[in-house]
Amino acid sequence: MCLGVPGKIVEIYQADGLRMGRVDFGGVQREACLEYVPEAQLGDYTVIHVGFAISRLSEEEALMSLEILREIVNLEEETRSDVPGGELA
Amino acid sequence: MKYVSEFRDPVRVERGLEEIRRTITRPWVLMEICGGQTHAIVRSGLDQLLPPEIELVHGPGCPVCVTPLEQIDKALAIASSPEVIFTSYGDMLRVPGSEKDLFGVRAAGGDVRVVYSPLDAVRLAEDHPDRQVVFFAIGFETTAPANAMSVLQAQAKGLKNFSVLVSHVRVPPAIRAILGSPTNRVQGFLAAGHVCAVMGYWEYLSIAESFRTPVVVTGFEPLDIVQGILATVRQLERGRHIAENAYSRAVTEEGNRPAQEIIQRVFKEIDRKWRGIGMIPMSGWGLADEFEAFDAERRFQVEAIAPNESPLCIAGQILQGMKRPHDCSAFGGECTPEHPLGATMVSSEGACAAYYRYGR
Repeated sequence: MCLGVPGKIVEIYQADGLRMGRVDFGGVQREACLEYVPEAQLGDYTVIHVGFAISRLSEEEALMSLEILREIVNLEEETRSDVPGGELA
Repeated sequence: MKYVSEFRDPVRVERGLEEIRRTITRPWVLMEICGGQTHAIVRSGLDQLLPPEIELVHGPGCPVCVTPLEQIDKALAIASSPEVIFTSYGDMLRVPGSEKDLFGVRAAGGDVRVVYSPLDAVRLAEDHPDRQVVFFAIGFETTAPANAMSVLQAQAKGLKNFSVLVSHVRVPPAIRAILGSPTNRVQGFLAAGHVCAVMGYWEYLSIAESFRTPVVVTGFEPLDIVQGILATVRQLERGRHIAENAYSRAVTEEGNRPAQEIIQRVFKEIDRKWRGIGMIPMSGWGLADEFEAFDAERRFQVEAIAPNESPLCIAGQILQGMKRPHDCSAFGGECTPEHPLGATMVSSEGACAAYYRYGR
């Protein structure tokens, strides 16, 4: 019940006075209530729990925790040290 | 970015594990509160990859497991009424009550239906004006926004044939109860990421401070769990104790404000009994007075049947991290997912079910 699954919002509409949407989970689409993520837009990823989006996922934060930014920095450093005289440059 | 595969990358997970091995110098006992994380840990084999200094104990964060027997018995009584369509999340159907479970009620002719979202139960009430539709509103903070919205929707639609049997529980009072127990062994907590997505983690700042225990908000993929454990171990090794967020792509300190507002409107804090654990003061939510017309317990006047728990089951001690599934004489023998004696063997979030399924 707490294992919310991330899905991509592919459609947004109003129904019964609620902000609803269709959310794609790797090919399988389901209806979800988007009332609690008013900031979420088409193409955003959200965590869905029992048919309700409870959080819009932040790509920036996701990249941070994947250390992709750090890897890029490391890669740049490695590339630079590969260049003759790069460490001094 | 798909937000799943990246966080299951074995290379990154191994790098995180290596960092934990490098950081740790002595034994530490950590508790993952959430049963969803227990399953993720056992399914991915992290429990066997972590250094032996780390002991993971499994917490009470399994909503199905801690729903008190009295509430299950009330659900069974209501669901047995011929005018009722009883709706529930699927996990609850096999949870043993004193004498039977919801599957048993259905087999005996009761109209018991599984719903994906509580809004489906509201729609059923609209479609069946001649029947009473009851929704079993259980869970932690993660299901509360959805369950609360179903009540508001029923009110907005003027439905007189919809009600909820509420059995909500909250995580922070349980953490305080565990840390305040004289037998507590837990030195650091992995807080449940999706509970915090709803509620934020501001409430854990004072818990970490006053109990001098690290609390790290942790997600559900293997890399999330490794990062949560690493952050906890780093704090412990350095003698620190703060609330920290290792699941920042989904969680902010303040949490989901719109969801919190609806929860506070529909529910009020009440004392709640936890199955196997006992009463924890102000650890639950019940319907606020304004919404008592939607209270199934009032509508159906269910009397609590004297609860009759299996004497063999040690689920309560397992839920508090005092015992492990293997310590139970019934584990895998008299108690299996097909014939569970206790709720921890039923749920996709129960520790016994995880150990059984993944052959621990």
